[in-house]
Amino acid sequence: MLTIKGLKAVAGDTEILQGIDLTIGPGEVHAIMGTNGSGKSTLGHVLAGRDGYAVTAGDVDFLGKNLLDLDPEDRAREGLFLAFQYPVEIPGVSNMEFLKAAADAHAEYRGDEAPDAVSFMKKARELCTVADIDPSFLKRGVNEGFSGGEKKRNELLQMMLLEPRLAILDETDSGLDIDALKVVAAGVNEMRAADRSFIVITHYQRLLNYIEPDFVHVLSRGRIVKSGDKSLALELEEKGYGWVDQEVA
Amino acid sequence: MADFIETAASKDSGPPPKYLAAWRAAGIESWRRRSLPTRKTEAWKYTNLRPLEKAAYAARPEADGIDEESLRPLIDIPGLGANRLVFVNGTYSDTLSDYDCADGMTVVRFADANGKDAETIAAHIGRLIDGERHLFAALNDGWTEDGVFVRIEDHAIVTTPLHVVWLTTNASHPFGVAQRLLLLAGKDCEASLIEHFVSTEDAQQVFTNGITELHVSANANLKHCRLHLEQPSAAHIGGVHVSLDRDSRLNSFHLGFGGVLKRIDAVVHHRGEGAHCEMNGIYLPRDSQQIDYHTTIEHAVPRCTTSETFRGIIADRGKAVFNGRIHIHPDAQKTDARLSNRNLLTSPDAEVDTKPELEIYADDVQCAHGATVAQLEDDSLFYFMSRGISREEAKVMLSFGFINELVDRVPVPALAEYLRPRLVARFSDPGLSRHIL
Repeated sequence: MLTIKGLKAVAGDTEILQGIDLTIGPGEVHAIMGTNGSGKSTLGHVLAGRDGYAVTAGDVDFLGKNLLDLDPEDRAREGLFLAFQYPVEIPGVSNMEFLKAAADAHAEYRGDEAPDAVSFMKKARELCTVADIDPSFLKRGVNEGFSGGEKKRNELLQMMLLEPRLAILDETDSGLDIDALKVVAAGVNEMRAADRSFIVITHYQRLLNYIEPDFVHVLSRGRIVKSGDKSLALELEEKGYGWVDQEVA
Repeated sequence: MADFIETAASKDSGPPPKYLAAWRAAGIESWRRRSLPTRKTEAWKYTNLRPLEKAAYAARPEADGIDEESLRPLIDIPGLGANRLVFVNGTYSDTLSDYDCADGMTVVRFADANGKDAETIAAHIGRLIDGERHLFAALNDGWTEDGVFVRIEDHAIVTTPLHVVWLTTNASHPFGVAQRLLLLAGKDCEASLIEHFVSTEDAQQVFTNGITELHVSANANLKHCRLHLEQPSAAHIGGVHVSLDRDSRLNSFHLGFGGVLKRIDAVVHHRGEGAHCEMNGIYLPRDSQQIDYHTTIEHAVPRCTTSETFRGIIADRGKAVFNGRIHIHPDAQKTDARLSNRNLLTSPDAEVDTKPELEIYADDVQCAHGATVAQLEDDSLFYFMSRGISREEAKVMLSFGFINELVDRVPVPALAEYLRPRLVARFSDPGLSRHIL
């Protein structure tokens, strides 16, 4: 699915990713944990193609294509999805217009016909139920005036609609109460499939009680310093990130 | 520019209605005593008047040779169902006009008015205008040969909007047009007025000088839209002057594409307690067009409210000026006034001069004002692209979103529907706007 080799990236003069190696197979869920500033959100952004970072070394292969050669919109159309830690508010553009534009862009890229407006609307409304979003939110500006939890559920809605091959959840649990967390986790679990993989970026182990990872990686100073199974997350919860740093040192 | 004063003063404007003859002559005299503003005149500091120099706008346009039927697509607004008056190059068009006033609204052209209407026009015309501040108003007085007088009776609920179109076409020589409208809204009435400036697509050398005066009586509710959709070579200097009596409400919307010279002054006088003014506006200059909106809200009495929002998208080498002044006089306690101006620059060469001004001489008031100038945010663009939407389509959706909130507030729904695709077309290919229309 995704193979990252020796990935280094800078923002300005600061090297944030200092050589990441990571292989993600189809159907796998990988959790990436680490302290603030360890580079875990940057990894998500660099994979999604955000401006402001320069990749200085390394390769990323996504489904047989060189991901780093693609524009951000083409990465999305190839099946990469980034659920934002801070979803952006777009007053004046309705959620429905936004979703339809995204779905049409995906369909056209695949060479499919764009979904017709009526059936698309129906599907969006159905998914609202799964994501626990009031369908009236489809008519509101994108994320405009949404609470933190509503924004995260709106990310989930977009993910369910676009059906990505690889979804990167960037601190989706931050700012969520336990009920919202359960909704988001249930949505993700619903989407788990043999040909769909997830990277779950999180600071806390709590989310991993609900989305069970196959692998857990600890990021520190721009490198993966420890990898393991889900028990690593529990160990981190107990001993703190300092323990990993000491062990590595 | 000194030549322009005399050239304009000597324009052949046709005979005035008799009851306005003395007033018109006084206008010309007043205009002749003026000197045009320079870059040092504060209220005109950023307005480039040089395009007026280039053409002798003294002549009248040719009266015939225009196929008026062919102009219909430019003026029809589907679903509006309005009473419509149309002026082509300043001359009333019987062919294109269609009005049958009922429900307590009377519409009379200045040229046709007599008896009581003539007396009322003569008694009210120019009364709201500070001639020192609005110097082109004197020239408008001096050019007036026709105009629209609208009278709405007390308690009348007029559901049919009044749509007044001023259309210009190409002529073989430069010409000038005076647009004039006077509206008296009676007590407790409700009505909607749309002033629509438009032109054929071909380049033209026309200078329109416009003045609209709206007198809104106690507890009346007036919706007013003023649209400037002319071809960029058409010059316009115009003023809208409003007086609001006790508990009356004005809901107004301004829209302007840019041009060689386009300057609109909107002045609202709160004269009776409890009056409310909502004023929203959009301006969209591109290429090397300019547009200036100067608004003044005079709070002279207590307990009035103002909510004013203008937004502009300035593209290419376009230039916009927004000067929004709210003046709260010493007696205007309990005023609530809010002014917001936001600008989006879509090119490194685009320019805006924005100056919100609050002058407060009362102590028990709530006021807020703010102005921003920005480009499309990288965060927003990336959010769209991360969902597979192309950068180009994202730009169009975000730009339109920026003004769409104000289109939603256009007080006449059919007009909002009419404007949406035209606004989108200002900054988009059809393929890029399919998700917002």
